[in-house]
Amino acid sequence: MIETLHSTAAEAQARLAEVADLDALAQLDVEFLGKKSALTLAKRQLGSLAPEQRRTAGQALNQIRAEVEGAVGAARERLARAALSERLEAERLDLTEFRGTARRGSLHLVTQARDRLEDVFVGMGFSVAEGPEVESAWYNFEALNIPEWHPARGSFDTIFVNLGAPEEVMLRSHTSPVQIRTMEKQQPPIYIVAPGRTFRTDTADATHLPAFNQIEGLVVDRGITMGDLAGTIDEFVRTFFGGDVKSRLRPSYFPFTEPSAEFDISRADGTWLELGGCGMVHPNVLRNCGIDPDEWQGFAFGFGIDRLAVMRHELDDIRELVNNDVRFLRQF
Amino acid sequence: MKVTLSWLREFAPGIDGDPNELSETLSALGLTVEEMTPIGDVVDGVVLAKVLDLRAHPRADKIQLVDVDTGDGEARQVCCGAFNMAVGDLIPFATPGTVMANGLEIRQRKMRGEVSAGMCCSGAELGLSDDHEGILVLNDRLVAEAELGKDLGAAIGVEPDVLWDLEVNANRPDAMSVAGVARDLAAALGVDFSYPDFSVGTTGGCTEAEAAEELLTVEILDPTLCGRFVATVLRGVTVGTSPQWLADRLRLAGMRPLNSIVDISNYVMLELGQPNHTFDLATIPDGHLRVRRAVPGETLTTLDGLKRELIANDGVITDNSDEVISLAGVMGGAASEISAQTTDVLLEMAWWDPPTISRTVKRLNLVSEASNRFRRGADWGENIDRSMQRFIQLATQLGATAVQGFVDVAGDTPERAPLAVRSAKINGLLGTDLSAACMARHLASIGFGADVVVSDSGVEDLAVTVPTWRWDTETETDVAEEVARLHGYDNIARTVPRGELAGGLSDYQVRRRLVRQVLVGFGCDETLPMPFLAPGDLLKAGLADNGVTLTNPLVSEQSVLRTALLPGQLKAIAYNQSHRCAQVRFFEIDHVYLPPLADQLLPDEREHLAVALAGFEAPEAVAALDLIERELGLPNVVLRAASPPGLHATRSAEVMVAGRARGVVGEVDPVVLDNYGVAGRVAWLELDLGALLDGPRRHRKYAPVSKYPSSDVDLAFEVPDEVTASAVESSLRRAGRALLTGIELFDVYRGEGLPTGTRSLAYRLRFQAQDRTLTDAEVADVRQACIEAVAARHGVSLRS
Repeated sequence: MIETLHSTAAEAQARLAEVADLDALAQLDVEFLGKKSALTLAKRQLGSLAPEQRRTAGQALNQIRAEVEGAVGAARERLARAALSERLEAERLDLTEFRGTARRGSLHLVTQARDRLEDVFVGMGFSVAEGPEVESAWYNFEALNIPEWHPARGSFDTIFVNLGAPEEVMLRSHTSPVQIRTMEKQQPPIYIVAPGRTFRTDTADATHLPAFNQIEGLVVDRGITMGDLAGTIDEFVRTFFGGDVKSRLRPSYFPFTEPSAEFDISRADGTWLELGGCGMVHPNVLRNCGIDPDEWQGFAFGFGIDRLAVMRHELDDIRELVNNDVRFLRQF
Repeated sequence: MKVTLSWLREFAPGIDGDPNELSETLSALGLTVEEMTPIGDVVDGVVLAKVLDLRAHPRADKIQLVDVDTGDGEARQVCCGAFNMAVGDLIPFATPGTVMANGLEIRQRKMRGEVSAGMCCSGAELGLSDDHEGILVLNDRLVAEAELGKDLGAAIGVEPDVLWDLEVNANRPDAMSVAGVARDLAAALGVDFSYPDFSVGTTGGCTEAEAAEELLTVEILDPTLCGRFVATVLRGVTVGTSPQWLADRLRLAGMRPLNSIVDISNYVMLELGQPNHTFDLATIPDGHLRVRRAVPGETLTTLDGLKRELIANDGVITDNSDEVISLAGVMGGAASEISAQTTDVLLEMAWWDPPTISRTVKRLNLVSEASNRFRRGADWGENIDRSMQRFIQLATQLGATAVQGFVDVAGDTPERAPLAVRSAKINGLLGTDLSAACMARHLASIGFGADVVVSDSGVEDLAVTVPTWRWDTETETDVAEEVARLHGYDNIARTVPRGELAGGLSDYQVRRRLVRQVLVGFGCDETLPMPFLAPGDLLKAGLADNGVTLTNPLVSEQSVLRTALLPGQLKAIAYNQSHRCAQVRFFEIDHVYLPPLADQLLPDEREHLAVALAGFEAPEAVAALDLIERELGLPNVVLRAASPPGLHATRSAEVMVAGRARGVVGEVDPVVLDNYGVAGRVAWLELDLGALLDGPRRHRKYAPVSKYPSSDVDLAFEVPDEVTASAVESSLRRAGRALLTGIELFDVYRGEGLPTGTRSLAYRLRFQAQDRTLTDAEVADVRQACIEAVAARHGVSLRS
């Protein structure tokens, strides 16, 4: 009997090795391991054998059954693997056929430049202050030590509006009014930058816009020196433009700072590019805001934001910044 | 301000060296070099030649054949494209082998078959004038020993020179003169500066026996207007052409030579910074002048022929009948102008109150070289006498004779008591450690009086006397700037302030950035149109026409300030549609300018957010609002039925946040779209972002996540159109109370099977308790409560 079973098992293993689908496997399972299979019938007959024979035959029977069960399991696993690989093959995709339909929008170049500048100055310990774009003569000029008759007023090419007395209300010609508003609200120490839109009666062309963006810095604290101003600008320039870029200060004139300077940054070819103006806050400006210039000193600086965006992306026409052409906006 | 090296050297012969280094020094002094031009540097190989013959070119009519003699008596033939020479003319000639300033090498060659052995040169080609057209004819310009064939520079006595165009700041009236620039540069270079002797005797000019005081009387009626008025008379003046050297210098300085008197006037102003005025003495009865402010309504016809109406601020000079003859410091009168017939000239130099001049210049828009100097503060000191002498010296060289002395009348000159300057304050401001003596040396080098004063406690400070040519310099801080300039800004050690404050963005600024990022994630491109509108743009957008207007706009299309972001966005959409980009998704965060609130001077300026979705319907705008609401944690956002101006009457709502109207959402009115030439629909959201960022926000308190299973219930109601979905939702929420943890409107259906004017709203409600698994009975109860609440509040039943 055992011999017969051995050959049955061999047959089962041979057929299981070739079984091609799960249905056939199920049939073989029934055929070789089911209730009517030779193995099951043989197990039932064990009881009729003598104890000594029963033990030997039982062991052999269990071993044969385990072999067949193992073969069924292996066949099932083989079929599952084949089915999976067939499914995977059926699901094959060429991913290069697809483009996402969800499009992320873009931040405006000026916002990107402004955010970068704010982040650099925040890292240097500054806060960000803002103010209105329509200003009074007090904030735009007088508090900044630019009296009504001052020749510098003409150089601002101010745009006025139909509010108040003639030339009393204007579109701010610089971000410096925010200095005054900040100092009026807050006693030193003050460390702020003030980004924002400013206005001049400039006809729009490739390099000018009547409305453009500047950023202004103001520090008022005890013992602030011109060395601090030069050092702060230098640190900003190295952080923003990269470690190789140097800065220098040249004497200049602004009514609201004394001493005043222009600051330049070095270009790769060894020449200098004028970036903005700066200086030590004029004592009259501090006094106008109720700050004692013998107790507190400060510096201020300012420069254009749009121009940095123009330089960074090599724009050849600044009007692109306000045209809102989506073919332009989506490039950044 | 344009200056040449040779002119500067007349005041400081020690100024010398590499022009590029001198440029750097000038810039470091605050006299920024805008342009540096080498001049008169005639290249080797250009010689003096004489025109022997002029012939037509046989095969060309744009060029002619010229025979020139370069000193050896032989005729060299060249082809030349200019036709302004005559036989016998002396001209500059570039011999073969010459490399011109532009790099062009002159070679013998043939032009249309004719030999051309060199080149006749224009003034521009040699850097001697700006004439590119004709050949430079030198007949009148040669020095005595000029010979044919001689190097051109030697033949016409031109020395190589350098022309600088300097940017002079408004606080440096002194640097609006050659002498002033020379003083600064000499100080920086450590070389001597001095004025040449300008007295008439030095040049052999004649003087009359009579004295100025016998001929002229001057009265200053308003001393606040005029600090000093100096005048004299020149007799026997011939108004003619200026000498070449003088005309050349004026040209280089950017002024056009006119006639000898005007040219001398300009020359003295450029050289010494003192504007001056000449009257035809014959037009001044009794030689009597009065200085006062104008009486409103007085008029003067100025030199430019325009009749000017005067106001009380204006300074005027009047004659003995009190008739206005000149607008003080700004422009002379036509009636007293020097003419070809003038023989006797009244020469006037004065110091005018800068604010007065500045106001008149601005009101009449009469900017001139003279008024630019007066309004920045000219020199009221010795420089006036020096300039008088210089004028007289130059005029007498041209044959005029001067009378004895000047009339010199004083008004109020600026107070210039010595300034007490604390050396510690200067060092504290600059971040330097300079001794008082060092500061004094710097100041003295540019003409400041500076004495070291030692206090009882041994502190060395300064007593500083500001020179009369620095009107703008009044305070200790002004002096600090001078010390810094001379010390050198680059020599100040760089430090970084040790502030104790932490920097950072405000909560407002951080959240504004988040809103931008959310909208970028929503697929929107940020736009930043300029805030100007054209008149009528607001009306076209269905908005009130109440924008603040510009009083001096450049173009009328940009003459109104926006009160809303809608018009700008519609323009942007129309622009893109006209460039074949129909579906654009834009957002903008920027200022709008509402009319001033009561008792306010400035507009009610706010920061708005707009989302414009072209090619999308209203729900897309609501989706944007939902994102912002979540991001900002806006409390209690309700869409209130409304027809906001400019928006679609039946597809828009007002956005209420915590009970306040904060914006609008929906679609743009089709009529408005039509007005702006926008095709298709535009979903629109505009919020008063500033108010939202400043306003309350939801407190996001932790809610524990339930560990128990939830049950979902779907309910569809047949709801009349006039009942809003949000009203039904709020009824459901109220009825579901704490057990209702989720609500989703998953289907809206209109059409077959439903009465007109109603729609089916299908909600999926999720019920869940924190402390137990809900029983079927509990779910059934709360479901029933929801159905009943909707029925009771809206008269609406479950869809059967």
